[in-house]
Order: sequence, then structure tokens, then C-alpha cells
Amino acid sequence: MNIIIVGCGKIGQKLAQQLNYEEDLNITVVDIRYNVVQDIINQYDIMGVVGSGTSIETLTEAGIETADILIAVTGSDELNLLTCLIAKKTGNCQTIARVRKPEYSKEINLIKKDLGLTLVINPEQTAAAEIARSLRLPSAIKIDSFAKGRVELLKLKIPENSVLDNLTVMDIAPKLNCDILLCGVERNESAFIPRGNFVLKSGDRISVIASPKNAAFFFKKTGIKTNRVKDTIIVGGGTTAVYLAKYLLQSGISVKIIERDTERCETLCRLLPKASIVNADGTENRVLLEEGIEYAESFVALTNIDEENVLLSLFAKSKSNAKLVTKINRIAYDEVISSLELDTIVYPKNITAEYIIKFVRAKKNSIGSNVETMHLILDGKAEALEFNIRENSPVSGIPLESLSLKENILIACINRNGNIITPRGKDIIKCGDTVIVVTTITGLKDISDILEQRKK
Amino acid sequence: MNFKIIFHTLGWVLNFEAACMLLPLICAVTYNEPHSLTFIACMAICLAAGVLLTFRTPKNKSIYAKEGFIIVALSWIALSIFGALPFVISGAIPSFIDAWFETVSGFTTTGATILSDIEVLPKSILFWRSFTHWIGGMGVLVFLVAILPLAGGSNLYLIKAESPGPSVSKLVPKIKSTAKILYGLYTLLSFAEVFFLLAGKIDLYEALTITFGTAGTGGFAVKNSSIAEYSPYIQNVITIFMILFGINFSVYYLLLIRRFKEAVHSDELKAYLIIIAASTAVICFNSRHLFASLPDAVRHSAFQVASIITTTGFATENFDKWPELSKTILVTLMFIGACAGSTGGGIKVSRIVILLKSISKELRITAHPKRIYKIKMNGRIIEHETVRSINVFLVAYATIYVASMLLISIDNFGFTTNFTAVAATINNVGPGLELVGPTQNFSIFSPLSKLVLVFDMLAGRLEIFPLLILFSTYTWKK
Repeated sequence: MNIIIVGCGKIGQKLAQQLNYEEDLNITVVDIRYNVVQDIINQYDIMGVVGSGTSIETLTEAGIETADILIAVTGSDELNLLTCLIAKKTGNCQTIARVRKPEYSKEINLIKKDLGLTLVINPEQTAAAEIARSLRLPSAIKIDSFAKGRVELLKLKIPENSVLDNLTVMDIAPKLNCDILLCGVERNESAFIPRGNFVLKSGDRISVIASPKNAAFFFKKTGIKTNRVKDTIIVGGGTTAVYLAKYLLQSGISVKIIERDTERCETLCRLLPKASIVNADGTENRVLLEEGIEYAESFVALTNIDEENVLLSLFAKSKSNAKLVTKINRIAYDEVISSLELDTIVYPKNITAEYIIKFVRAKKNSIGSNVETMHLILDGKAEALEFNIRENSPVSGIPLESLSLKENILIACINRNGNIITPRGKDIIKCGDTVIVVTTITGLKDISDILEQRKK
Repeated sequence: MNFKIIFHTLGWVLNFEAACMLLPLICAVTYNEPHSLTFIACMAICLAAGVLLTFRTPKNKSIYAKEGFIIVALSWIALSIFGALPFVISGAIPSFIDAWFETVSGFTTTGATILSDIEVLPKSILFWRSFTHWIGGMGVLVFLVAILPLAGGSNLYLIKAESPGPSVSKLVPKIKSTAKILYGLYTLLSFAEVFFLLAGKIDLYEALTITFGTAGTGGFAVKNSSIAEYSPYIQNVITIFMILFGINFSVYYLLLIRRFKEAVHSDELKAYLIIIAASTAVICFNSRHLFASLPDAVRHSAFQVASIITTTGFATENFDKWPELSKTILVTLMFIGACAGSTGGGIKVSRIVILLKSISKELRITAHPKRIYKIKMNGRIIEHETVRSINVFLVAYATIYVASMLLISIDNFGFTTNFTAVAATINNVGPGLELVGPTQNFSIFSPLSKLVLVFDMLAGRLEIFPLLILFSTYTWKK
């Protein structure tokens, strides 16, 4: 499959890096900056064209005629939309555009339809949605969903003195008597798919697959809070804050935004009549204390400066038990930041890239495979894939314990007409099911790929 | 520095060389020559060294710019040292330095020889000698990248170091596919030439060896008189194919995928063809009195011009006897060389075009100091970085040239001989003038001069910097 990425900013580079690993993708990047293109083609096995994405000549050189997908992720919305429009007219490809201005977000469906865009992505809005989701279930670090929301993939940290501390993985089900599946553990900087005799420790970040009901039950048993937060303090009143406040207010969470700029506060006040807007410098600790950081249930640092966000969250951590959310723009230092133990870290660039990659993979898989959804877990070191089981599948009708699976494959969940089964050895996969598989092997295309290749 | 991957790749280069020796072995068996054993022994030595180095796959497979350049430089040195074995073991060229010179001349597609009588050598040895041209023409690492599972985008550094031209770009996004396309085109064109040569009623052995010499723009022939004894038809076929192999291969790719407009719209290609046509016309006019008829004059001028500008080095005439203007034109063509991204050597037409354009830029800026002016090629702005690297290339080229001249002048031959000997080696042409003219050879030089010329040939083929990096202390510092 041929993909053209227009714009080699952080998102473009992240996309190139992730998609580069896929065997049968031919990637061409387009950017107006010569040095950036040189740099990126030296790093990855891709082609680079220097030029503007809105020029037909450049796009032709990048091979628009044979492209399947064009992704426009330059810094400018208008440029992205125009690039997609021209691409659509010259080649017959699917187009993805990053459009971030709130002015366009209302008319986005109209724009999408009229320009024939396949996908429009708004990084701020997507990041806000992810933050809102994590505030609804504050104990989880990250939540993804499968099977149209019937199954959730939750990432959470084991607290001190939890029942889970020093428990082996196979003891979880009998001891807690609940139906969940542990599919990944991250400890310090390493990540594994645990076996039955793996011993959990407090401080581990675990990924769990379960139905929302079972997940709630699991949280209750392990003594992890599940109540969503009642209020939140947001520092920084940028675009993300506006989207976030809208989401939170919709679900009845009260919002306080601290913003330094008076004029911006006026605008925020008009945009969000229900939120309380405070015109003060949120980076001063006196202001935060005055606004009640000690009693807040959650705290979101959304300023434009990464360092400031980290410091603010560290301060909030020292003063309160609030659920912390920190926005970080730079991707490169994720390992250092995650060692600070700041609950949820949101990387808008990563989220955007992941969102697009999911789409590309789904598109790629629709040719000759049957992956329904895909999520990256364990910091991208593993994947959780949802497969459709068609007739005559080699895995159906055989008890799971008799299947000879490859190494590092975990069948995490079976969805049978909306009933969620956490698979045990005696369970059988049937035709029409969807199955969630967790694996560190990349590029699985079909459910039969999980089986050990028979040696002839 | 990732030494493990460097040696691992070197091992594959040697395995590849062992595989290449199968062809001369088949030749030896066909002609019932006693040298089959020589090639079997050489293959065994190459394989033993290769298997020893590739036995373990290194965990860290990353090749950065530094490793890439070192791999390429060492590969070419190893390739030529092991490639010299058949000459030494068979006794065809007993001195190792001479055999090494001959092999380097083969792999770098120079075509300069130290042999005074070629025809006495066994056919299989001559076959290997010509085949090294074909291997060296497109490059060994390009071939390895196409077939080996050396993962990662960093392989681009390997191809960059090995492919000629100021800026190397891929034809398609995947480097593997790019390498496959390049070799595919190369093989296809070679087959076409063999076909046309066979149509001229020469035997397969000669058709193959001539094709190897043309395709790699090398110039080793199997006759003492080079191409002079062949029929005019054969000479014309060779002229056309020499010109074809001197063109940037991306032009053929663009033609293949039917992007005709872009293919034809190349300043370099235009300049290349104009230079060939103009030089042929001038030489033809200048030396017409030497030939019996005008068609003869045109044929011989065109052949010599094509042979020199593509840096092949075949000859149908002893151009050392031509008038001064014609000789000077030919020497100038040696420096210009073929197109970037072809199998030819020299400074490359695109570099010359850019250099001339930067002179014109400098003149304009001198007249109007505030003027902003960008150099363009194919309607596209050339980045300052590219211009800068071309300038540095030229300075390094000139430095090596002068240094080599100084070193070989110890042997006390004439200036023309020394000047053209360096020009013929550093540009990978082959024959020069006077004592190294088309009917002479390089055996007159002392071992020291031969080593200097070996260095020049390698530096010319790898475009200087990949080879120089080996001698830089910064490379080896931790």
C-alpha cells in the first residue's frame, strides 16, 4: 500500500516512524523544508520529496497517482485541507487531514463531506476526549475500548498495600473471584506479557481487559477507587481546555480554569458559561492554594510549556490526592517523565499519530485480513487486536488449550453476540465471534497467524 | 562504532564474491582449461573467510553514516584483494601488486591494465577480469541490499556511499525495491547488448566479455587491439550502449513507469548528449585527414568520445596519434565523466553543470551584490548544501590529483604521461596518452606508483569521501 505523508512535523515523523515498521507499506514524505526531509529519509526506509503539498507537481513526484492514502499533517489547517482536496482530484486516494482550529470544528462534518475527506483529526479535541475519559475513571491511566465499547482495555497502577501486591497472575481469578484478564505489565522501563506464575508488585502498571461491569467489580475488589471525579482544576485555557471543559461539564463535573491572559479569560467566559474562570497566573503556588488545590479531586496541567506542566503536577501531587493529568508536547522524554509517577500523561501528538495509524492499519487489513480494531499497549511495545472469526477458521471448534499458539500470544477475550467471555483453557472459539489477541508480534493479519506454523 | 555489523557485512561481500566466481569456473570447464581448480580454490578461500565473518548475526544491526561509509570502503578493498587471487594463483599475473592493480582496475571499472600481451592469458582468467567490471559497475552493496535481510532505513548510507552523483535519491520508497529495480535495469540493458552483439556474428564469449566491459563502463577487452579488429557494426553497437550505460538509471525507471515528460526533462541528460555530439563533431572535423572516408571518421570519433566520456576506455584507434585539439578534448571529457547515477566515473556531468551555474551565479552577484539568486537544475532549486558539497568534492579531488602527480613523478616519466595516468585512473577511464596511451599499459610504473594509482581508482569510484574517511582519526575516536 502506498502512503503519502505531507508535513514532517512531530506528528509526521511519528507516523513515518511507526508505519516504517510495517512490511508492505511504501511511504513517501513531503515537506517544504529540505533539511527535515533529508533527516527523515536518513532515519527511515522511506522516500522524501521536497516541495509543497498543494502543488500538483510535487504530489505527482511523490506518486499521488498510485497512492492509497494521503495524510496531511502540516501546521496549517488550510494547507491540509487544500492538499487533501488537490490529492483527491489528481489521484484517487483516501485523504486524512489534521484540522485543529475550533472555528472549523462545528462545520467539520460539512467540510469533510464536501472535500471528500476520509478522516479528519483534531489533536486538541482528541486529547481532550482522552483526558475526559481518564477523569471519568480516575484510577485508570489509560482506557481503550473494543467490540463497540463492550470490552475495555484499562491501564492502571497497582497502589501500595493493594491485594494485588505479591499476587501471582493465576491467583487473581480464584482469589478475587472476578472475570478479568491481565494482558500486560510494565515495570520500570520494561514491559512483558505475563505468564501465570508472574508475581505482581505494587507500582507495576498493568493492562487489564474486561467488560465495563467486570472492570468496576475488579476495581472494587482491589480497593481502587472507581468514582469519577466531581471537580477539576485546569491550568492553562488553551483550545484543549475548552474542548475538555465542554466534555466534563456535559457529564456533570464542575470545572475551574486558571488562565493568565485577561482577554483569553473573557473569551473563555463567553465560550463556557458554566465553568468558573479565574484570571491568575496558575504557575504561582499561592494562586493554586487559594483556588483549593488541596481539596480538588483532579488537576489538569494544560499550559503550552512542558516543563511548567510537569512542575505543576508535581506540586499538585505534593499538596493533594487529586488525580493528575499532564499534557506533554515533546515525545522524546517519555521514559523520564513516566518515572515521575504523575498518573496520566497525555501526549496530544502521540494520540493523533496513534489514531491515524489505527486507521491506516485497519485500511491495510481490510485488504486480505480481518482485524476489526487495534490498540497499541505497553508503550507501543505490544498490540491488542480484535479479529473477526469467519467460517472454516483454523482456530474455531478447538478448545484453546489444544491450540498450538506462537510465543508471546495471549487470547484475551471472546465476544459472542455481545456476551463477553474471558477465555479459559476449555473454551472454544466459534464462527461469528470476535476475539481479542494481545501480542508483541507486529503485523498479524489474520487470526490464523497466531498459530505455530506447522513444520512439514 | 558497530564493528560487528561492519565485519558481518564484509563477510557477505566475500560470500557474494565466491558466488561470482562460479561464472569464470563454468567458463574454465567449458573451454577445458586447467584453471578450474584455481577458481575452486579461490572460491573456497572467499567462502571460508565469508562464512567465518557471517557465522554470527549481530544483535545490533544499526548502520549509521559512519558505519555505512566504512563498510563500503572496506568492502571494496576486501573485494579487490580477494578478487586478485585467481590472477596470482593461476600464475597469470605472478606479482601481487600487479594483480591487485588489475583487479582494482576491474572492480572500479577503470580498465587500466598492466598486461602487455592480453591474448596469451587463459580465457577463464580473462573472463573473470571482464566480469569484475560488471560487478563493480552497479555496485556490490547495492546488490547485497537488494537480496540480504539487512533491515532498516540506515542502509541508505550504503547505497549513498557506493552510488555516484552529488545527491543520491531513491526511485521508490523501499530501499530494497530501489536496489532491485537498479539491478533489474542493469541486467536488462546488458542482455540487450549481448543480443545485439551476437547479431553481429561474434561468439558468445566475446559478446559477454565486451558487454561486461561496456555495462560497467570498464574497458577491459580480450584482444590486444581492444575493439579495433571488430566490424563497424559491432563498434557502433558498443558506442550506443556505452552512451546508454552513461545515463542516469532513474531516467530508464521513469521511462519504464511511463513518466516520459520527467524522464526527458533532465538538464544533465541534455548536457551529456550535447557534449557528446559537439565533441564528436569537432574531433571528426579536426582529425578527418587521418581517415579514408567521412563515415569512418564519424564512427571512430563517436566511439572514442563515447568511450572516454562514459569513462569506459575501449579504443578502436590509437588516439594518441590524433591532432592536439582532439587529444585535449578527449582529456577534458575524462574529467567531465558520465551522468550521476550511471555506472560511469569522472566528476559527473551534473556536478559540472552545477559548478558552471555557480560561476554564473557568482558573476551576477558580483555585479549586483544584493541580488538573491538560486541555482536551478531541472527547474528545481539546488540547495546550498549540495553546492557546498560539490565544491568540497572538487577541492578534495584536486588535492588528491596533485598529490598523486607528485608521487608518481618520482618514476621520472614525462608530464603528459603522469598527468593522463592520474586522470585515467581517478576518473576510472583506463587509457591515457603517451606512455599510458591506448596501445600502451601501466606496467612501466614502480610498485609505489601502482599503489598510488590503486588509491586513485578506488577514490574515483567511491567519490573520494567514503575512502578518505578510513584515514581520518575522527572516524576511529570513540
